[in-house]
Amino acid sequence: MDFILHLINGISLGSIYAIIALGYTMVYGIAKMLNFAHGDVIMVGGYISFVVTANLGLPPAVAIVAAVAVCTALGVIIEKLAYKPLRAAPSLAVLITAIGVSYFLQNAALLIWSSNPKSYSSMFSFEPLRLFNNRLSITSVTIVTVVTGIVVMAALTLIISKTKMGKAMRAVSEDKDAAQLMGIGVNKTISITFAIGSGLAAIAGVLLASAYPIIMPTMGSMPGIKAFTAAVFGGIGSVPGAMLGGILLGVIEIIGRAYISSELSDAIVFSVLIIVLLVKPTGLLGKKINEKV
Amino acid sequence: MMKGIKKIKKSTRSNIITYGIVVLFFIIVQFLVMTGRMSSSLRGQLVPIAAYIVMAVSLNLTVGILGELSLGHAGFMSVGAFSGVIVASTLQDQITNAPLRLAVSMLIGGILAAIVGVIVGVPALRLRGDYLAIVTLAFGEIIKNIVNVIYVGFDSNGLQMGLNSAKSIQLEDGGKMVLNGPMGAVGINRISTVTAGFVLIIITLIIVLNLMHSRSGRAIMAVRDNRIAAESVGISVTKYKLMAFVISAALAGFAGALYALNFSTVVAKKFDFNTSILVLVFVVLGGIGNIRGSIIAAAVLTVLPELLRQFNDYRMLIYAIILILIMIATNNEKIKNFINKIGFMLDLKTKNNVNKGGTAK
Amino acid sequence: MKKYRFQLVALALIVSIFTLAACGGGTVTTTTAAPTDSGAETTAPADNGDAEGKAIKIGGIGPLTGAAAVYGTAVYNGSKIALEEINALGDLQFELNFQDDEHDGEKAVNAYNTLKDWGMQILNGTVTTTPANSVTPESFADRIFALTPSASSPTVVEGKDNVFQLCFSDDNQGIAAAQYIADKNLGEKIAIIYNNADAYSTGIYEKFASEATAKGLEIVSTTTFTDDTNDFNVQLTEAKNAGADLLFLPIYYQPASLILSQSKAMEYSPKIFGVDGMDGILTLENFDTTLAEGVMLLTPFVADAKDERTKAFVSKYQEQFNEIPNQFAADGYDVMYALYEASKKAGVTAEMTAEEINDKLIEVFTSADFSVDGLTGAAMTWSESGEVSKQPKGMVIEDGAYVGMD
Repeated sequence: MDFILHLINGISLGSIYAIIALGYTMVYGIAKMLNFAHGDVIMVGGYISFVVTANLGLPPAVAIVAAVAVCTALGVIIEKLAYKPLRAAPSLAVLITAIGVSYFLQNAALLIWSSNPKSYSSMFSFEPLRLFNNRLSITSVTIVTVVTGIVVMAALTLIISKTKMGKAMRAVSEDKDAAQLMGIGVNKTISITFAIGSGLAAIAGVLLASAYPIIMPTMGSMPGIKAFTAAVFGGIGSVPGAMLGGILLGVIEIIGRAYISSELSDAIVFSVLIIVLLVKPTGLLGKKINEKV
Repeated sequence: MMKGIKKIKKSTRSNIITYGIVVLFFIIVQFLVMTGRMSSSLRGQLVPIAAYIVMAVSLNLTVGILGELSLGHAGFMSVGAFSGVIVASTLQDQITNAPLRLAVSMLIGGILAAIVGVIVGVPALRLRGDYLAIVTLAFGEIIKNIVNVIYVGFDSNGLQMGLNSAKSIQLEDGGKMVLNGPMGAVGINRISTVTAGFVLIIITLIIVLNLMHSRSGRAIMAVRDNRIAAESVGISVTKYKLMAFVISAALAGFAGALYALNFSTVVAKKFDFNTSILVLVFVVLGGIGNIRGSIIAAAVLTVLPELLRQFNDYRMLIYAIILILIMIATNNEKIKNFINKIGFMLDLKTKNNVNKGGTAK
Repeated sequence: MKKYRFQLVALALIVSIFTLAACGGGTVTTTTAAPTDSGAETTAPADNGDAEGKAIKIGGIGPLTGAAAVYGTAVYNGSKIALEEINALGDLQFELNFQDDEHDGEKAVNAYNTLKDWGMQILNGTVTTTPANSVTPESFADRIFALTPSASSPTVVEGKDNVFQLCFSDDNQGIAAAQYIADKNLGEKIAIIYNNADAYSTGIYEKFASEATAKGLEIVSTTTFTDDTNDFNVQLTEAKNAGADLLFLPIYYQPASLILSQSKAMEYSPKIFGVDGMDGILTLENFDTTLAEGVMLLTPFVADAKDERTKAFVSKYQEQFNEIPNQFAADGYDVMYALYEASKKAGVTAEMTAEEINDKLIEVFTSADFSVDGLTGAAMTWSESGEVSKQPKGMVIEDGAYVGMD
């Protein structure tokens, strides 16, 4: 029974990683950049929803909408100001700029909301699901997180494969110049990608803060790194890969902590990652890269 | 005389300038220190600056020359730092000459970092691009996690190592804990000096610059520019990749030992992802593949946050903004062209080099 | 050549830095040097208007940015309140310059050196243990007196005659907690969850574990976590399965609040015993205090204590910083008062060198008849080793407020 409990916790934690990783993977697939500021957008999402519920006293639904709206706008603004001028620059230059943005967001949050952590009230407070005569109970946050993860993945897959916008995204991801020649607005497509990615980050922020109800300006960095790892684990650029990578990472983390060593749980997670990459060098569901001669 | 200098190969001339800058700064620093004209604040930063310069130059070997992104360079620094500290405190009585003890500690720190470099490099270098980057990141986190649970002490019976708790090792009376899990190493005898830092920078430059202009260096760059073409002319890709990676790790190990022995305490948390990123920032800002740029960027960016202290709460915010602005200013085509236009008016020579460009990655 | 243009600019910048710094250094080391005191210009947070060279310069070091910013900020704010009060008293004038160390040993040494350039005469710091381990050897060598508000590891004061602690040492806290639990028969089977990447938590745990065993308490489960851990279900499940009826948490209040909410979600309700790091949990913004009902802790300070001094401090703090002060703020406040009392007793003046002040303060702090009444303890005295002696208060949380257990 304990094992099942740990597994459920792992899936719950992993679903949060997965939603963050989806944002990473979208941006990477289309803009070909590692957006290290993604974790900090999550933090902003957490704080915005906190302000709306705890300080303004509005209902959770409004808070979620507000968080998504603010983060989406923030994502687009960051992209316009910091990343767009570097469209033609080497990818490492963009990476460093993203790190600059990450520092900026963290320190701005520190100034706005102070360093004192705040306790977050879960946005989803219905009764837990009880199974096997109460021996197993699944909390509301867990249920919402897992369901959200699946819905988001399905929606993204649909958007990318069925809509015109998705087609444009795939084209830009495949070949920016050729897409431009075919009349696709590359800048617009990238902006929309950032908007979607940051909106997802807001949702992840609400879920993360609901599941682990304490928020502070640095709350996004570690989940950000873990989610980045998850995205690579699953094959970066692949939507189902990010989902799978995220959930596996969460499960390995919890199971490793429960059955191997709580002292070394991070080392276990990262060791498994290395081993998997050695067997499958482009991640679990990553595309094999064909090298041109 | 002038003609003589111009005749020297361009690369050699560039190297001489690089060495010249380092030597000149060392002399200026020594002069300021000796005449008591340097603030304590700056004097305290000299050894860390030297360590960061070596870190930046060595990472540039991986990122710029080998063309592989590493996000775990601080991990090697950590290996060098903690092994250096253990060696230095164990040999405290055997080697009474501090500079010699420092040299031995740094050497062993570097060797151990190189060994770890091989262990990480052999599997990791089979991967490409971001997958390699994530493995180095993972490795850095693993090192941090492991050092946090290691306890090392020594007494008359020699070194003892334990896991998870100080109770796991039993020391005789008079024994001393060297490494205390999350507390790290405490009470380190500070033996690093600015001169040692200078010597290490020069050694690093000799190794890296000579490697770059040697046969092996050209082979490494050939692998970077086109792996398949390099392979087809008989260059052993694995060998040269590993060579660059391990040298880079060893240099980071030296830097780690120098860094750790400059402070009374050092903890595993110091060498985390953020430090790896910090060093990467030095490299990118200084110019990927540009050794001189790494040196200058490491020095400037280490001092910068200290200069911003007067802004109090806004300090790190301003640092972030400066970082973003510099990246945009040095990489945006329009701004670059604008700067070049001004440069063109000032200096006609610029025109010849406009198309040189950076090393693409 | 365009790549090198940036480098030229950078080079120019660094040269100017060196020159600038060189001027600043000149004023410190040579008394006859230039009047342009660029060193002192970089010391913005001077909180005292009427100083004019007559105030004693107190340097403070703690994390104001980064993950540990909450502790440094609290100490700084608490110190500022004490500073205003002390300067208003009129006996002695203090000036406080508080520098950020980002909870990092290297940055802490930089902050220390910056303060030295400023002319610091006494050190209030550092706030956290790792920076303290790197700074106190410096202040020991430089003969600058240091009183740390909250760096609680015994290594901070060990072997340094001029470094004193205002907080309990980790060792003492671990031992005191074990004794308290044993004496009051609070639990039979004890589970411990501690942060094995944190010196404070590990330090308390080690002493607690050995003392608990000596007292005949049974420790049935010991699990750990690291910084940035959010999920404690594994640790709680293990404690629950081991049948623990008392959960000892030698950790800070942020992870403790997560443990409380997760143990409620899994319907596991052992008695919970915390340490002084747990203080702050009730004042955590928006925290559901029913989660902490029945939590016991040993702490030197509680924000809703009824004495006049605490009430005045808390209301001032709320007015100025819009937050309820935690233990660290009270520590910062007490450090300033301890330094004030000692300086008054020793006859310290602003004209003395740091070393003269150092010798006088050591004498006062170790003298038998010197004691300070503060927010974090009445009649605090110090031993030669630098550790403080004060009584921890056993507290239990009832209806969202602390109630004394004794």
